[in-house]
Amino acid sequence: MAVATSVRAPRLRLRHSGIDSRYRRGAGRWLVLAVAVLVGLVILAPFGIMLLNAVKSPQDYSANGPLSLPSSIYLDGVVAFWERTEFPVKLWNSVFISAVVAVLGALLSLLNAYAIGIGRVKGRLWIVTLFLLANMLPQEALIYPLFTMAQSVGLSNSQWSVIIIFTVIQSAFGTYLLSSVLGTFPPALLEAAALDGASRWRILWQVVFPIMRPTLSVLMIFFFIWTWNEFFIPLVMLTTNDTQTIPIALASLQGDRMMDAPTINAGTLVSLVPAVVFFLIFQRTLTRGVTAGAVK
Amino acid sequence: MAESVLTARRSRARRRPRAPRRARAAWVGYLPYLLPGAVAFAVVIGYPLLTNVYFSLFKWRGGMAPLRWNGLGNYADLMGDDQFWTSFGNSVAMIVAMVLVPTLVGLLLAAVLFDYLGRRFGERVSSVLRATYYLPQILPVAVAGVLWNWILNSQTGALNEILRGMGMDSPPNWLGDPATALPSVMLVLIWIQIGYPVVIFMAALQRVDPELYEAAELDGAGWWHRFRAITVPQIRPETFVVTLTCTVAALKVFAPIYVLTRGGPESSTLVPSYYSYLNFFDKSHVGYGAAIATVLTLVIVAVAVIILGLQSRAERREREGI
Repeated sequence: MAVATSVRAPRLRLRHSGIDSRYRRGAGRWLVLAVAVLVGLVILAPFGIMLLNAVKSPQDYSANGPLSLPSSIYLDGVVAFWERTEFPVKLWNSVFISAVVAVLGALLSLLNAYAIGIGRVKGRLWIVTLFLLANMLPQEALIYPLFTMAQSVGLSNSQWSVIIIFTVIQSAFGTYLLSSVLGTFPPALLEAAALDGASRWRILWQVVFPIMRPTLSVLMIFFFIWTWNEFFIPLVMLTTNDTQTIPIALASLQGDRMMDAPTINAGTLVSLVPAVVFFLIFQRTLTRGVTAGAVK
Repeated sequence: MAESVLTARRSRARRRPRAPRRARAAWVGYLPYLLPGAVAFAVVIGYPLLTNVYFSLFKWRGGMAPLRWNGLGNYADLMGDDQFWTSFGNSVAMIVAMVLVPTLVGLLLAAVLFDYLGRRFGERVSSVLRATYYLPQILPVAVAGVLWNWILNSQTGALNEILRGMGMDSPPNWLGDPATALPSVMLVLIWIQIGYPVVIFMAALQRVDPELYEAAELDGAGWWHRFRAITVPQIRPETFVVTLTCTVAALKVFAPIYVLTRGGPESSTLVPSYYSYLNFFDKSHVGYGAAIATVLTLVIVAVAVIILGLQSRAERREREGI
């Protein structure tokens, strides 16, 4: 409540009015900042502990505990994880699957949304609802038939089975989002192009696509990250070392008795580096994208 | 926007008499663009979904084994299966950890960052804090689970090492004890989830007219008062989106359970998705697993329809209010 009263004082430009209220506000605002920072530190703590112990030898860990600084930089954990999981293979698998899904998923979303948002196909409300529901389905309700289907067409343990499945699942969301965006596409542009005699196909690629490019790139980043983070379907569909993705490789090492603290932490660290790097590169586009998802 | 398209078409119709027939059939010309999507959906979602329901009517051990007709027998068995009920009971706990707590705390944090700290310490402070809260969201859930699995490990885990260092002789076996496993998993999920509502709500707040706040401030409304009277109602649409997406995610949760506890100990953290996975690939009760997945699907669709219904009712009431 002290906080609530202290906030009453109006904003900066009225600051000079009354030193008294400014003092009250001063104490309260530092308290609020401290609480907010504390929440941040609690959230960061597991990352910190992981960093400390990824480069600490097992002896050092059992002698000095998880909170001490490593007495020397110990890289055997990183090396052990790197070699045991054949990390470069896993990294390539993750990149390949996610990138192909991002491109194909965005393409499929664009085609669907072109028909729904601009073509205003009859029954489009139902179609969009169907896509939205498809996106919400639990993957467990699809997995066994998908698993047997992949086997029967010779795609068992194939990355293409995962790529096809995720292209469709991600484009369900993409269609929903792009359809509402394309629903507000400036009709004058379409009219002008149609009067010039452009076909629907040409309008799609020469009028709609260039204007939608920023939205499509946000969508592709989304698809990439979501596919990168997927666990259940890759776990079931990709059964051997040479096809698996990073999260599966890390999780499958987990039960291993040989996994000591530095190896686990190094593994976690190495596995999250690509995600963090990707996030930092696309941070601005991404925050805009998270928002785009929220405004329907 | 629909009106402007119509008027545009009408004006063209006046110019060219043949246009009305073309305009009527206009949408048909776009159908080919829907074809790849329609085929892909039928193959990857529609057909498997129906096949799964079909499987749920059989006793089947998978693979080359024969399918034996069981009618609704699997569903009848579910009704008497304690583990099935436990798994859905735990779904409620997942909703608390992934929807209720993150949405409420996220709302408060977003409001504090946006119109309290952001104003008093500058936008940099609030955006750095926001990025910090969001950090767990960017790493793969399975990776987060592996990290926490180690931190909470009873023997070698960081948490218990710290507790032992502080003089506690036998710290709890966080994930191995049925009494603490579910609360531990819930805390991990809160940690993963919290940044999502904060980011969405902060973006939503930028949409709110600052004059509303200024007017309320001039009227002497305190921060808490303004939070309840302006912030909460103004960002209701985003709250619905967060509630919907997170509730569906909570009902579907799989990876954290798989890497943290595998549903144990003694089924204390079993969830429907993991239970169906167990039946599919571990116990080879494919028909039974399919029945669980079908029930889960129905529950998710029902919950989604209820939330969407509440949303449209709230929107309607708001419109009528104005």
